[in-house]
Amino acid sequence: MTAHLKMDEPARRRRLDDMVQGVVGQPLDRPEGPLKVSGVATYASEWPREGLAHGVLVRATISRGRVRELGEGPVREMPGVLGVFHGERLLRNPAQGGAGEAPVQDPAKVAYFGQPIALVVAESFEQARHAAQSLHVEYEPEEAVTDPEATEVETPKGKQVDKGDLDRAMAEAAVSVDVTYRTPGHSSAPMEPHASIAEWDGEDLLLHGSYQMLKYNRAELADAIGIDPARVRILAPYVGGGFGSKLGIAPEAVAAALAARELGRPVSVALSRQQVFETTMRRSETRQRIRLAADAEGRLTGLSHEALVSNLPGESFSEPVAQATHFLYGAPNRRIVHQIARIDRTCAGSVRAPGEAVGVTIFENAMDELAEAAGIDPIELRLRNIPERDPEQDIPFSSHMLAEALREGARRFGWDARSPEPGRRREGEWLIGLGMASAVRVNILAEAEARVTLDADGTAKVETDMTDIGTGTYAILTQIAAEALGLPTERVTVSLGDTDLPPGPGSGGSWGAASSGTAVYLACEELRGRLAERLGCTEEELTLKDGEAIAGNRKQALAQVLDGESWEATGHVEPGRTSKAVRQSTWGAHFVEVAVSAVTGETRVRRMLGVFAAGRILNPKTARSQCLGGMTFGIGMALTEALQHDLRDGHLVNRDLAEYHLPVNLDVPQLEVHFLDEHDDWANPLQVKGIGELGICGAAAAVTNAIYNACGVRVRDYPATLDKVLPGLP
Amino acid sequence: MQTTLSINGAERTLDADVRTTLLDALRMHLGLTGTKKGCDHGQCGACTVIVNGRRINSCLTLACMHDGDAITTIEGLGTPEALSALQAAFVAHDGYQCGYCTPGQITSATAMLEEARAGWPSHVSEDLEAAPELSDAEISERMSGNLCRCSCYPNIVDAIREVHAGAAS
Amino acid sequence: MRPFAYGRADSIADATGASAGEDAAFIAGGTNLLDLMKLEVLAPGRLVDINRLDLGGIEVSGSGGLRIGALVTNSDLAADARVRADYPVLARALLAGASGQLRNKATTGGNLLQRTRCGYFYDTAMPCNKRAPGSGCGALGGINRIHAILGGSEQCIATHPSDMAVAMRALGARVEVAAPDGTVRELELGQLYRLPGNTPEVETSLAPGELITAVTLPPPAGGRQIYRKVRDRASYAFALVSVAAVVRMGGGRIEAAALAFGGLAPMPWRVADVEEALVGAPPSETLFDRAADILLEKAQGRGHNDFKMPLVRRALKAVLLDATLEGEPS
Repeated sequence: MTAHLKMDEPARRRRLDDMVQGVVGQPLDRPEGPLKVSGVATYASEWPREGLAHGVLVRATISRGRVRELGEGPVREMPGVLGVFHGERLLRNPAQGGAGEAPVQDPAKVAYFGQPIALVVAESFEQARHAAQSLHVEYEPEEAVTDPEATEVETPKGKQVDKGDLDRAMAEAAVSVDVTYRTPGHSSAPMEPHASIAEWDGEDLLLHGSYQMLKYNRAELADAIGIDPARVRILAPYVGGGFGSKLGIAPEAVAAALAARELGRPVSVALSRQQVFETTMRRSETRQRIRLAADAEGRLTGLSHEALVSNLPGESFSEPVAQATHFLYGAPNRRIVHQIARIDRTCAGSVRAPGEAVGVTIFENAMDELAEAAGIDPIELRLRNIPERDPEQDIPFSSHMLAEALREGARRFGWDARSPEPGRRREGEWLIGLGMASAVRVNILAEAEARVTLDADGTAKVETDMTDIGTGTYAILTQIAAEALGLPTERVTVSLGDTDLPPGPGSGGSWGAASSGTAVYLACEELRGRLAERLGCTEEELTLKDGEAIAGNRKQALAQVLDGESWEATGHVEPGRTSKAVRQSTWGAHFVEVAVSAVTGETRVRRMLGVFAAGRILNPKTARSQCLGGMTFGIGMALTEALQHDLRDGHLVNRDLAEYHLPVNLDVPQLEVHFLDEHDDWANPLQVKGIGELGICGAAAAVTNAIYNACGVRVRDYPATLDKVLPGLP
Repeated sequence: MQTTLSINGAERTLDADVRTTLLDALRMHLGLTGTKKGCDHGQCGACTVIVNGRRINSCLTLACMHDGDAITTIEGLGTPEALSALQAAFVAHDGYQCGYCTPGQITSATAMLEEARAGWPSHVSEDLEAAPELSDAEISERMSGNLCRCSCYPNIVDAIREVHAGAAS
Repeated sequence: MRPFAYGRADSIADATGASAGEDAAFIAGGTNLLDLMKLEVLAPGRLVDINRLDLGGIEVSGSGGLRIGALVTNSDLAADARVRADYPVLARALLAGASGQLRNKATTGGNLLQRTRCGYFYDTAMPCNKRAPGSGCGALGGINRIHAILGGSEQCIATHPSDMAVAMRALGARVEVAAPDGTVRELELGQLYRLPGNTPEVETSLAPGELITAVTLPPPAGGRQIYRKVRDRASYAFALVSVAAVVRMGGGRIEAAALAFGGLAPMPWRVADVEEALVGAPPSETLFDRAADILLEKAQGRGHNDFKMPLVRRALKAVLLDATLEGEPS
């Protein structure tokens, strides 16, 4: 039985508030935690398989051209080598998130440096690695386009906004800024390198993969290989981080599947860390010009956000830099320019909070510059520019929490201690500064299904192909089902990451909790209805708690009510009118204290607070961790992370974790996270909104704004490594 | 090449290519996949194991170099049913998200607490000669060889601090 | 990783004899060697495991200094009470390097022989005169932010990545080397290294088969000892610039000064003229600037690494300011 909801109307009933189990909103430990901390949780390349062969991908060492000769002959003769696989079905790059079909295939045509061009399979990993390294490939190279700022650009029509007269607003402004910033490319760099084990049973393919969106991944994999999706099963119960880089099926999965079919035995392919950097989705570098025009009180009369991003020729994705600029601040005159440079560089795709991560960050830097130019406190400037309605679409906001986040954050952080004049506070050689930024991220509901089974013994089972990539899906779906069915959490089990289970939306776009959570809730509501029916009351009159059903003055154990039966219901939610009728967003504010060495220009983040509103917080423990993660990504973006490409040949120079600097433990102080109460009925029946990406949006700006406050240096070319701070130091 | 390793108290014999790292021996030959491969170059710490009492990156050493050595992996520290104090604290403090760096964090922390107990100073120790007090900065510095991209560093520090305080009292 | 023959050496003679062939390499901690072998940047045909040799231990030498066995790990050396008390610059440098895990494995001898972190050296698809003589230098016109401003050549601008070696250079360490013929020689640490010139593939003065057996430190120099490392993140990163200083004051003047620098050059860098300019003079900003001027006299930026010149000047001045404060060292 399926309970279906199309989200056309706000869900004003707030049914979760009526439930009495009291587990939603509690800081439940992750149910899968003991497996993770003891090393028992099984990740993609860890499934024991008889006769497993090992494959290693071979990379292209030109940025554009064709493979003329793979030179596989001698390699096939090497010890242990089982085969060298290439051909037109292999993938050039991963599929974009939600594609549902194979990305560009036939890697003999080289489109970027590091592109996989073949797979070498051997009996052992050591043999395969050396054989792969021994391939002597001949190319027909072509001249590559490597510099996004030195090539023609596309300006897609649907992505531009021009409202009012920006030039006039700038000319007539009492205060204005016109600044250009740059952000470098970023790598998701999840700790688990992308990996797959493929095995065939006749015509059926089983893939143990490290993927975020299984429903789409199955279709993509089937399409790539040319088989019926029904023949493909993907298992991904544990995924070692994703951050966008595991959204779409990737070269290693397809190569493993093709090799396994030909060899008639399971094949494991795991990317090396260098390959993760070279072949998984990068966040595009950006050039962003921001113009802000304001009256003497700091009210914006005009704003402009012009972005240049890059991707491979023909790729549909382009970093949606201005995604939140459309509605974050009001101004009658508005211009948004979105341009795409086509370059021969690793495919660009989603990296945590595509769009806002870099777009809000730079806009919030520009707002800091405007605040200074106008002589207005940065928080006050923002408060004065919060629009009543979405300024471009002229629709209402479903909920607007920015002002409260700014005020609450300022109070908690001690913002009033900040001197507006840079360089006023010094402790020994360290210059201390405070900075802040607004946080904003669009909120999305995605189609989701989930099955809930109420077993005869009064336990419940939740099943969906949804993934938990560290996001807390196991915990929050347990809590929702336990709450709705009145069960202690130990009586609920959650199965995820298996395409045989009802399709979820996958982990992406921060929509997981809202979407899969709603599907689980709908299924539970259906089961509640049936229980009520059996007890002769309405669903609203039914109280479920601790495994007992209470209706009127009757109280019965669920097992008794079920009377030996097991009931199953499927919940199915689809986005509807509420996605368009109102502007839905999550909100927040970041506050940072940095110390900048007056000697070396090194920056240390000393304190950081994030105040966030993201609807109902299902689990404050796991939600907080998601925010910590986002904020730390922000620290990395601000201070250390940058893909460095050599423009002479397009290759990536820092392709490992020694030279691409993720923040380490000592870079990150004891971050503080505070959630604001918000119940957004337009979001979904649970009033839950996305939390996985909000923490990164604007976070880096709070850091760099604090650097400016500390030492008076504006770094407009991210990251703010010491070499860029140094020239401006006293 | 034949190598005998004492892993989590049990003797295991390995007959593998000399090129096999200790990490790959554990994961691919001995069925101990709790130890993770994050970078294979000593740049992330996910592969941390304890060899003869010392934490090391198992990716940067050959299995054949460890004939006769005593190796403790995450599986040797505790099981889901009987977690070690650090394992339990990581769960309670949500000192992980995706869980992939976690075994390395916990093995590393286990040995790190011993290093601190032995009086080893760190880069952030004010006084090189004094016995170190495990401040948050000390814990962070000593754990900086274990990257966590989910970025649960604050929770990791909380978990370690709690276990350290418990052991000290 | 290319297949290789693996053998364990039981004696120094065994080790040096077994590795006298060009194609052999000693392996101790292995943290850098295996890193490079996995990428086939290095591909020795034979690995001589020296871990079972009797090259551990830290002893007081006849002259009152310390003799550090080549196999002493970075952790043990940093934790040694004598090193912490009498050679704090060395303890500080060790603790600023790598991670706890790596320091537990990395050895004294191996640390001295670390290879550069240059991205072009690390990528076998790139030209690199050090890895493939005659292929060119990728870094010269490429991404060279971490590269050398001193001591490089038109063939190679790679830097030496060690922290430990920088402190040892400032301390006047000497290196004991055993040769396949059974002889043992001792050389200044500075003499261990070779500048790239036209042969960047030759990094040391060690002959094939020669094995570092120990490092000796002179008797404690006293004074104020500082190791300042500047890097891109707070921990677990290689030095962009580092300064090791051993400075003794007397009567308001600098009585003795030993300074070595990391991140600037293909070897831990020490310039006698810089120290001579300081000795005998009362500390002042002008004096420190003059020291920096002398240090940077022949410095050459290559674009991305130009910042190292102002950076090392500032770091040096701050270190000297700290080191020349009168009163008890803190």
